[in-house]
Amino acid sequence: MPEDTNIEKKPRIGVFICHCGSNIGGFVDVKAVTEYASTLPDVVYATDNLYTCAEDGLNNIKESIKEHNLDRVVVSSCTPRTHAPLFQRTCEAAGVNKYMFTFVNIREHCSWVHMKEKEKATQKAKDLVRMGVARARFLEPQEETKIDVTPAALVVGGGVAGMTAALSLANMGFPVHLVEKEKELGGFVKNLHGLMMTKKSANEAIQPLIDKVNAQKNITQYVNSHVATVEGFIGNYDVSIGTEGSESKEVKVGAIIVATGAIPLVPEGLFGYKEHPNVVTSMEFEELCNKKEIPKLKSVAFIQCAGARGQKVSYCSRICCNVAIKTAINIAENRDNMLGATEEKAEAEAGQVVEEPAAEMKAEDEGLERRRRRRGRGRREADEAADEGGAPSSGVEITVFNRDVMAYGVEHELEFNKAREKRVKFIRYLPDNLPKVSTKDGKLEVGYFHETLKMERTMPVDMVILSTPLVSQPDAATLSQLLKVPLGQDGFFQEAHVKLRPVDFATDGVYVCGTCRGPADIAEAASQASAAASRAAIPLANGYVQAEALTSRVDETKCTGCGTCVEVCPYGALRKNDDGISEVIVAACKGCGCCGATCPEGAITMTHYTDQQLLAEAKAALEEV
Amino acid sequence: MAQKHHTAHHGKKHEPDKEWEPKIVGFLCNWCSYAGADLCGVSRFQYPTNIRLVRVMCSTRVSPHLVLDVFEAGADGILIGGCHLNDCHYMTGNFHTEKRVELMKRLLKEAGIDEGRLRLEWVSASEGEKFSKVVTEFTEGIQKLGPSKVRSDDMMKAKVSAADDASQTFRLKALVGKEFNLLSKGNAYGEEVDAEKLTGVIDVATQDEFERALILELARIRPMSVKQLGMVMDVPTDKILRHIVLLRQNSKIAMEHPEGFTPVYKTIAIGGEQ
Repeated sequence: MPEDTNIEKKPRIGVFICHCGSNIGGFVDVKAVTEYASTLPDVVYATDNLYTCAEDGLNNIKESIKEHNLDRVVVSSCTPRTHAPLFQRTCEAAGVNKYMFTFVNIREHCSWVHMKEKEKATQKAKDLVRMGVARARFLEPQEETKIDVTPAALVVGGGVAGMTAALSLANMGFPVHLVEKEKELGGFVKNLHGLMMTKKSANEAIQPLIDKVNAQKNITQYVNSHVATVEGFIGNYDVSIGTEGSESKEVKVGAIIVATGAIPLVPEGLFGYKEHPNVVTSMEFEELCNKKEIPKLKSVAFIQCAGARGQKVSYCSRICCNVAIKTAINIAENRDNMLGATEEKAEAEAGQVVEEPAAEMKAEDEGLERRRRRRGRGRREADEAADEGGAPSSGVEITVFNRDVMAYGVEHELEFNKAREKRVKFIRYLPDNLPKVSTKDGKLEVGYFHETLKMERTMPVDMVILSTPLVSQPDAATLSQLLKVPLGQDGFFQEAHVKLRPVDFATDGVYVCGTCRGPADIAEAASQASAAASRAAIPLANGYVQAEALTSRVDETKCTGCGTCVEVCPYGALRKNDDGISEVIVAACKGCGCCGATCPEGAITMTHYTDQQLLAEAKAALEEV
Repeated sequence: MAQKHHTAHHGKKHEPDKEWEPKIVGFLCNWCSYAGADLCGVSRFQYPTNIRLVRVMCSTRVSPHLVLDVFEAGADGILIGGCHLNDCHYMTGNFHTEKRVELMKRLLKEAGIDEGRLRLEWVSASEGEKFSKVVTEFTEGIQKLGPSKVRSDDMMKAKVSAADDASQTFRLKALVGKEFNLLSKGNAYGEEVDAEKLTGVIDVATQDEFERALILELARIRPMSVKQLGMVMDVPTDKILRHIVLLRQNSKIAMEHPEGFTPVYKTIAIGGEQ
């Protein structure tokens, strides 16, 4: 056993060894282990129970604590992962701090895995009990503290996600500070022309949301503004909001939601962008639609994944296929007379009448067409026909060059089908053979390799629309540093867990939603925003957070302020104080112990998992008996 | 290779081999490996009785000091169990564990302890059977390596003690502490850090710090000359001298009354500290 130098008062340890029926008793000589336990230093009482976790056993613990004036308890039975809370409560009920309790696992880690060697299993059980007792001797009582929470929130970003989150929290009654860097609310969506699956314009669609935000008195809006500084931790953030042309404002909040959105990639140097006229990104096309500046079109080509999936960024941007499908349908239907010239429109309308038979008739036609192709005409001929003929109702030929169409979900799949019904052609290309945009005699054309025909082809077009991926905001890194939350590889904010905690950050008190955490459509952004708001509401509604008792502690006399602990902490739970010395933000610490194992000066100790406790336990395993 | 070890060990030992049972300590993280060991028990997968498990919240808590001190106390083998990479309950904890274990292995190598005595394994909460396989395989491996010489060989004990001291130096702790972040996020100027170069830096630092720690360890027992230290440690004397100059500058070692013309050095005892 190690030196007793740090033990001020002589410990009084009680050891309770469980038979667990025959689960332990059948493979380990529990009586012998109990007898051995009673000989260990500072053990004043040792006993065995048939079931320590049963009423009898628990009462036995409570009574023994009183009778033998025990100040720490060792239970040697099953696993702390299931039973520690029960025994801890029992200790507390009898006046022993729950951190003065030690669990020794002699079932999962002994009797059940050594069922055929009772002698050795008994010896191991003795060793394990000795290790537990050695640890128990160095335990210290701990207090769990509650930290007050300021019941207000900061939402960064005034797009669909930000507004939805702000509104949810404000409707729950919490004051919300909504910060938007542009001059008005609306975010990315307000620049769009039309939305999928609704006949409303984008502006019409989000106006009700903006109106609600404007009407909600709990929301304070800051436009033309940015988050300048953030200090503090969950429940207690001091935020300074900088506004163009006026003094910065200080607010106190308990939770922060990041909803800063994303921007479309500018495809510099790809597919003749900026090189040929009429090569635009899908975002620019939306703007042209809004300004009613779409030229006369006879033929349009979309190029999907322009800059995505291995070109400029590695990921699939998730929304672009649906955007292209939406835009293709809008063009085919000549929505809002978007195609400019009136005579075109008249033609298109005339065409529409002819081409718009009842749904089932059309489906029948399609079926016939498909059967006909399969049966009689050669495949090549059929594809030729698909390539050459059959312009959609607006009279514009629409082709979507894609790697694969990601129209995920039932609604999007239906829209995809609708586009095909409108004779929008989807032509596949492979990543090693990208379509080429060029001009011939002043006329724009797309050259591509037809995967079915196995031949190079060219298609004259009036306009090329590049579906570029969403990329992270250029100032995401600044905000990530201010909030001490991570960005993933692609520059988007990274959630705590991709599946189980999709709108939390690892750091408590900060939440994320919308396209700043990765491409998402409007509905997804809105659901994430509602989720983030409800997560943020937990500490706000409780009014307090329970801080971990098991946190790291900094010895200020040893710390030299090198800052290595601040770098390695995944929770931003360490910061340097005004003296340049590290301090632990108890409310943010999760007690993993990384900082303690890292600290070059050995100045950081992990509560309840000190070097002394762990070494006493581990070295006790090596003692010769 | 293992076979060779085995026979060599047989030749040296005096007591009959049957008596010896490997003493193995396992440090397991609460969330994955400990739960995996629990599942192993629940599923009744059997494994040898030699291992004694210590629970920590995260494998990242297992500092080189914990491991090397337990080796110094005579452990024959140490197993560290954590969550699989990217599954860590504490996000990035096990990435740091990985770097720390690399340092431990470097230091064990310096001390002449077979690296096979230390094993890092990722065992998830659902890998009960894997846990039994890992423990069985590891125990068999330790059995082949034979008992740790730390208990019987003073020089070996001094070396492991030096490895432990070296692992706690500011230089090594700071280097290894920053290693994962340097490699994954770049340096403070946002520049990418060359992994090979960094490894080279850590290798040199490890050797230096180990040798200095060993000088202090040996010169604590009795004053020694540069030549003696060089011979005992099998390190060129010019290098020993450079270490000694530095250690003297840091008031860690003092020159004692020379025997004839050869100065000897004695480690300065630090009052009050352990």
